[in-house]
Amino acid sequence: MTTTAPTASPRGLAGLEPAPDGHHPAWLGGVRRAGLEWVAEHGFPTLRDEDWRYTRVAPILDVAFEPAVGGVHHRLSSSTIDELAGDLAGARLVFVNGHFAPELSSLATLPEGATVTSLASVLADDAERVEPFLSRPLPPQRHAFTALNVALAEDGAFIQIPPDTTIAAPIHLVFVSAAGASPLVSSPRSVVVVGARSRATIVETYVGSGGVYLTNAVTEVVLEDGAQVEHYKVQDEADTAFHLAALHVRPGRDSTFSTHGLALGAAIARHEVWVRLEAAGADVTINGLYLPEGNQHHDNPTLIEHIAPHCTSRQLYKGVLGGHGRGVFNGHIVVGPDALGSDASQTNKNLLLSDTAEVDTRPRLEILTDDVRCTHGAAVGQLDEEAVFYLRSRGVPHQEARGVLTYAFAGEMLELVRVGPLRSHVESKVAERLRVGGVEVRR
Amino acid sequence: MLQIENLHASIGGKEILRGVNLEVHAGEVHAIMGPNGSGKSTLAQVLAGRESYDVTGEVLYEGQDLLGLSPEERAAAGVFLAFQYPVEIPGVGNLYFVRTALNSLRRQQGLDELDAIDFLALARERMGLVEMDESFMSRSVNEGFSGGEKKRNEIFQMAVLEPKLAILDETDSGLDIDALRVVAAGVNALRSEGRAMLVITHYQRLLDYIVPDVVHVFADGRIVRSGDKDLALELEQHGYAGLEQGGALTPSAVPAVGATP
Repeated sequence: MTTTAPTASPRGLAGLEPAPDGHHPAWLGGVRRAGLEWVAEHGFPTLRDEDWRYTRVAPILDVAFEPAVGGVHHRLSSSTIDELAGDLAGARLVFVNGHFAPELSSLATLPEGATVTSLASVLADDAERVEPFLSRPLPPQRHAFTALNVALAEDGAFIQIPPDTTIAAPIHLVFVSAAGASPLVSSPRSVVVVGARSRATIVETYVGSGGVYLTNAVTEVVLEDGAQVEHYKVQDEADTAFHLAALHVRPGRDSTFSTHGLALGAAIARHEVWVRLEAAGADVTINGLYLPEGNQHHDNPTLIEHIAPHCTSRQLYKGVLGGHGRGVFNGHIVVGPDALGSDASQTNKNLLLSDTAEVDTRPRLEILTDDVRCTHGAAVGQLDEEAVFYLRSRGVPHQEARGVLTYAFAGEMLELVRVGPLRSHVESKVAERLRVGGVEVRR
Repeated sequence: MLQIENLHASIGGKEILRGVNLEVHAGEVHAIMGPNGSGKSTLAQVLAGRESYDVTGEVLYEGQDLLGLSPEERAAAGVFLAFQYPVEIPGVGNLYFVRTALNSLRRQQGLDELDAIDFLALARERMGLVEMDESFMSRSVNEGFSGGEKKRNEIFQMAVLEPKLAILDETDSGLDIDALRVVAAGVNALRSEGRAMLVITHYQRLLDYIVPDVVHVFADGRIVRSGDKDLALELEQHGYAGLEQGGALTPSAVPAVGATP
């Protein structure tokens, strides 16, 4: 294995190195080096990589990023965060450029034994606690960006909930980015471990105030047996930003996990969901809504691995594409030889609002056992002109009629959001977006 | 109220309306009867503003050039089409849809919008006209409605929107006799001095319930005969073919617009 030797002035992502930190345990240094070596050996993905064939990362690799550093942020206040990310009333951890900002965060009363804190603080005080999560190499490294996150991650959320514990209020993780003159990269790494039979709701929100930056995030959710987790992710980065994120989920026996992703922002965004169903009887739901417009690119790869028997996975992704927006749904389901009684379904529906918008939808099913129920479907369409005329004939102006119908298409996904204040927040975001995209919505 | 002169409409180079002439006054109910494919529904669609047709001729509605208005402007001016095949709109609640429509009309007419509470009171009252169950209001527009429920929903919308000129396109098709009675009663309740109706139907039976002032026979893209309600009975006895065989449908036999035999 070779390592690249960055020159005196590193340009681009490949030249980045972890910040030297004397407080970190030795094992962490090893993990980080391994991450960098992986990047050096395999390089960044290209269109020839099956999982990246619709997403060019060259525009990201060309940028002379600098690692973001923490600090005090005078321009941000709690009320700014409420406005940007919504006030969900539960515990809230705010990260600015990837670093925990305690002055903007609030920790509501949590049940005994539950930990909701920053990864950096655990690394400083009790590093052994997170070693099992960070030192375990991510099961076969999938691409250079997760490896880079391993190498560069310094902070993120660390949530550990003991068995038989219910946290009713959502735990909100807000990642705010604000780049100045020089492009920044932040590499948040979050770990969520929910104990047996416990219940929790986790919301990740990524917002940005502008500038060129890259958020390269990895979130890992571990559900112990019988745990129930609802996860939401809102990607509302600045339009000049890049957002690459991986959500890795490991559901325990008879656990229930659902995730709802909403992609609104960023110039290039890729939100990957990877679920390894290694324990029997787990039930997972993976939903997503993406709304690229202008020149935005939203890629939504999923990999659902049915390894253990009697697991259920349900995927529903919808795209509304305007302008020169481009969307990708790349849904990969693997049902292994021992995954008897698996039940997997996958649906992708797309609405094109312009002639220049584009979507690639690609279901990939690999089924290695007979005893399985597996369905998939994909659709790409335009607004139903019959319905547009019907609304107009009732007096609804043309643009508004298009808006009502577009919102109705997206609305199915918003109705699935069960956290009330989050639903209101995303409903108004989507309504606002559809007005920008050439349609008007009166609500 | 409505004067149609020499109206032609074609789609994809195929001429469907071939010179329609018709005059309708406020307070009148006109029935347009004709065989399938004669162009009756095209007339309804063209009057409502369907853009897929190439249209020539003149249509004056309350002295305005109707063909120059967009569908939503026609609606705001008081034109309403009850669709032969009402469109299903998943994800849009029926009550929300009708309120959006009413408030769009009110805005265009310079009136204040109705809030949800006032609207609900109005909607409840008008639902009664077509004996419509309130559960239909929270469902998506026409989604999963039976044929009869869709038609009731059209008349419910008409009752809320209170048009001046209502065009009912085959409102009777797909209705059993009970539903037909209910729908017809709803339509009759909406008959008024200031409102005209154009009732398009294939069958005479609707006209037992909605008694027209004038009956027109439509064939091959134009009105070939007009008369009073007895003309419908004649059609019922002899059929469209019977009329044609009787030589009554030769162009030279077409009576003057609005004339009675």
